[in-house]
Amino acid sequence: MSGELMREEFPVQGRNFDKAGEVSSEIKVILKDLGIDAACLRRVVIVAFEAEMNVVMYADRGTVTLVLTDSDINLEVKDEGPGIPDIELAMQEGYSTASDEMREMGFGFGMGLSNMKKNADEFKLESEVGKGTSVFARIMLNAHA
Amino acid sequence: MTLAEIRDLLKCQVLTGEEDLASLEISQVVASDGMSEILAFAKSRELMITGLTNIQSIRTADIAGVSAVLYCRGKRPDKSVIEFARQKRIPVLVTDMFMFDICGILYSKGLKGVS
Repeated sequence: MSGELMREEFPVQGRNFDKAGEVSSEIKVILKDLGIDAACLRRVVIVAFEAEMNVVMYADRGTVTLVLTDSDINLEVKDEGPGIPDIELAMQEGYSTASDEMREMGFGFGMGLSNMKKNADEFKLESEVGKGTSVFARIMLNAHA
Repeated sequence: MTLAEIRDLLKCQVLTGEEDLASLEISQVVASDGMSEILAFAKSRELMITGLTNIQSIRTADIAGVSAVLYCRGKRPDKSVIEFARQKRIPVLVTDMFMFDICGILYSKGLKGVS
């Protein structure tokens, strides 16, 4: 990651559905103020929001780190959650382990991870059962104008 | 079709954003109670129709970049949700009609889905 221009870490509180999405809204405001291209901005905030919702739904706590370079925007989302036993299965659209409470919030229909992957130019998911999950997504600047 | 015309057509009550309705042109609609579906398929500037009235519906609308939110089946959000939409400058409407009927009427008037 050459030419790092900005790095900011945001804490995410697990299980707090009222605050769920606040970090992504904040990231949207920051990137909009920086004049990031609308299509690129949209991709970043969709990835951030889906990842943030997953932390809120499944983990006790987590962090979203936003890294802006001269060529791309990177999101690193780490949580202290239950972890994902079968990543390949979890990545399948429609597969979900969501509770009724999560579905009542409009989430947990098995589209979150695939949404993140679809909107990122690079996407990596690492997980250890009992420890937590890390998502890394890179969105290139100016690639989708 | 403007959002003001949609308001009249579907007999909507406007909960916030009345001043923007006449100038907002709508040509596409995304309708779902699943927020990830909205995020996956909305391309921005659509009318979002949903039966989900919690804060996440407005957050999703903001993140997806839709133009306005229409709640179906007469479901009303809390005041805090309306206030959040007002802050984000997202007009919010509510109608007693069911989602299927709303979509049918809008489709018959020439509006398209996002697929």
